[in-house]
Amino acid sequence: MKFLFHFGRYLSLIRQAFQQPQKQSIYVRQILVEMENLGLASVGIVAIISVFMGAVVAIQMAFNIDTPLIPSYTIGFVTRQSVILEFSPTIISLILAGKVGSRIASELGTMRVTEQIDALEIMGINPATFLVLPKIVASMLINPFLIGMSMILSVGGGWLAGIATGLFPSAEYIYGIQSFFHLYDIFYALIKTVVFAFIIASVSAYNGYYTKGGALEVGEASTNGVVYSSIAIIFMNLILTQILLA
Amino acid sequence: MIEGKNISKTFGDRKVLENVSLTLEKGITNLIIGQSGMGKTVLLKCLVGLVKADQGQVFYDNRAFSKMSFNEMKEIRQEIGMLFQGGALFDSLTVEQNVMFPLTMFTTQTPQQKLERANFCLSRVNLENVNKLFPSELSGGMKKRVAIARAISMNPRYLFCDEPNSGLDPQTAHLIDELIKEITLEYNMTTVVVTHDMNSVLEIGEKIYFLYQGKLWWEGDKHNILHTDNTELQAFVFTSELTKRLRPKKGG
Repeated sequence: MKFLFHFGRYLSLIRQAFQQPQKQSIYVRQILVEMENLGLASVGIVAIISVFMGAVVAIQMAFNIDTPLIPSYTIGFVTRQSVILEFSPTIISLILAGKVGSRIASELGTMRVTEQIDALEIMGINPATFLVLPKIVASMLINPFLIGMSMILSVGGGWLAGIATGLFPSAEYIYGIQSFFHLYDIFYALIKTVVFAFIIASVSAYNGYYTKGGALEVGEASTNGVVYSSIAIIFMNLILTQILLA
Repeated sequence: MIEGKNISKTFGDRKVLENVSLTLEKGITNLIIGQSGMGKTVLLKCLVGLVKADQGQVFYDNRAFSKMSFNEMKEIRQEIGMLFQGGALFDSLTVEQNVMFPLTMFTTQTPQQKLERANFCLSRVNLENVNKLFPSELSGGMKKRVAIARAISMNPRYLFCDEPNSGLDPQTAHLIDELIKEITLEYNMTTVVVTHDMNSVLEIGEKIYFLYQGKLWWEGDKHNILHTDNTELQAFVFTSELTKRLRPKKGG
């Protein structure tokens, strides 16, 4: 029952958010600001995690392939596939749910408890459109670039790991990452990324937008934003994988 | 003029407002007073549409506000200025940007015109050289004054103030009261102030509504509030040592 209440209110917030903005130019500027706040500010953490994630996947593959029957270029191939299909879109989205989601929920939660959202409403501005829509649109636009960057850096991280450890030859790895490439895999990953970006921004915004109380409740909203968007991401990951790869 | 007719509001099992009817007149400061938890802020929020009343209607100069959709309310809301308890200034904007915000959203003024208007409003509330500061860099009293400047930037017809003096020292509180009174006269606005501060009541209470247990218990002005024989109001008014001294002597 409680789930239905929250789901209904979430849908209502989304409907309110996707309405004609008061002034187009201001919303475009808001979207650009949010792209910087939510996307560019995450480049560093995404880059670090991606390089090490790719390196670990490549090293683990190298240790697990201990039979001469499997060619060593398989390491490059499997690293690329793992990174493109799952690690970058899903793991990085989960990381972003933590970083970006908590930021969105706490920002909106603080605005709610300090009556800034009420102030917008009193002025005749639709707060959902003004505050939530730019965050959703900005996330959906910037996250594919972050995930694309993550894919490149992860594959690069695997290559660096090979050079650093000497576990597999560089030429074989490079041959592996070029083998059996399907453009559809990238398409699949980007579809997932855009859906996850929508989930991160909207679920976190929902949790912040309806905060009641004070500092304690803002913290709770922030935690809930991360937890529920992470659960929604994992659930949607299963559904999208079934739909897009079946 | 703003009219509230038979406004009732319940939260869960708790009846917060019960058939409250009041007429808030133009060009004067209308005060809604009462102890904490008596429904003052809820009534204010019902009047501006932030809380939907379970029953009753609100009219802004005979326009049925409570029956309007969000989009229909927009027109009236652009005529409303509101001073929230904590100021509700936007943290990410400077003082100047906060004051210019309604102008940016609803007018086609040039940046120069908006800046001039913002500077005028800030000077009107006696604030200078704070344009580039952020709300976090301001004192409580300054925040309230910036909020008043923002509220009057669009030349509102209606001004709502939710506990404008809470958390302020007596001198700053007096300054804010004077400011509210002055701009009410200057713009000929319908001003509604929710307060439990007796100093404000005696300074600016041209029309006073006393709420008790969610009901409109008494109405009058600052002159006859001291002579009331209403027990609940007496208990509210003559609490502090200062107001006790103002209590008229029996038979006097």
